[in-house]
Amino acid sequence: MDQVFLYCALYIGMLMLLSLYRGAFGPTVPDRLIGVNAIGSKTVVLLILIGLLYERVDMFVDISLAYALLNFIAVLAASKYFQKRKGLYEE
Amino acid sequence: MDILVTILMICGLVFLTGGTVGILRFPDFYSRLQPAGKLDTLGTLLLMGAFAIYNLHHFTLPNVLTSLKIMLVVVFIFLSSPTAVHAIVDAGMRAGLMPWFKGSKRR
Repeated sequence: MDQVFLYCALYIGMLMLLSLYRGAFGPTVPDRLIGVNAIGSKTVVLLILIGLLYERVDMFVDISLAYALLNFIAVLAASKYFQKRKGLYEE
Repeated sequence: MDILVTILMICGLVFLTGGTVGILRFPDFYSRLQPAGKLDTLGTLLLMGAFAIYNLHHFTLPNVLTSLKIMLVVVFIFLSSPTAVHAIVDAGMRAGLMPWFKGSKRR
């Protein structure tokens, strides 16, 4: 079963790299926000997978809950900031 | 039990793959938000449910509490992920980004 978890973690890492393309080269600023949000929501899953691989789920589930909170607040703050700025033109 | 966990994980990975392909290939910013908001949330639910079931194979009280905490993370993600996507849409609308129309250039 560890093998299955390991390959699942590698696959999620590959999906995060693909989402990083949108975060790095997205034509507008909200596109980058979408990429960062997708990476963050996959990280929450990946943290619990790491906990299952190390057999310390009770510790890693707290870390992933804190990371979910941080991700939510970061995206809210960034979108609030870019709401006031009128500079979201295409680059 | 292991077979059920593996099937749930594969279903979740399929949804996450769909979300990533949608983020990469949709033509404009507003349509890209749809896979980011829906498919990631559902894939997270399936994967976390698989982990919670796998965590219960020694049925003791700390393991049950840990599984409940994993489902608590899922409840929080179900509340927070659509809210974050809605905030991003609001930022795009107020900044005056136009939606994509048929025939215009892909962005």
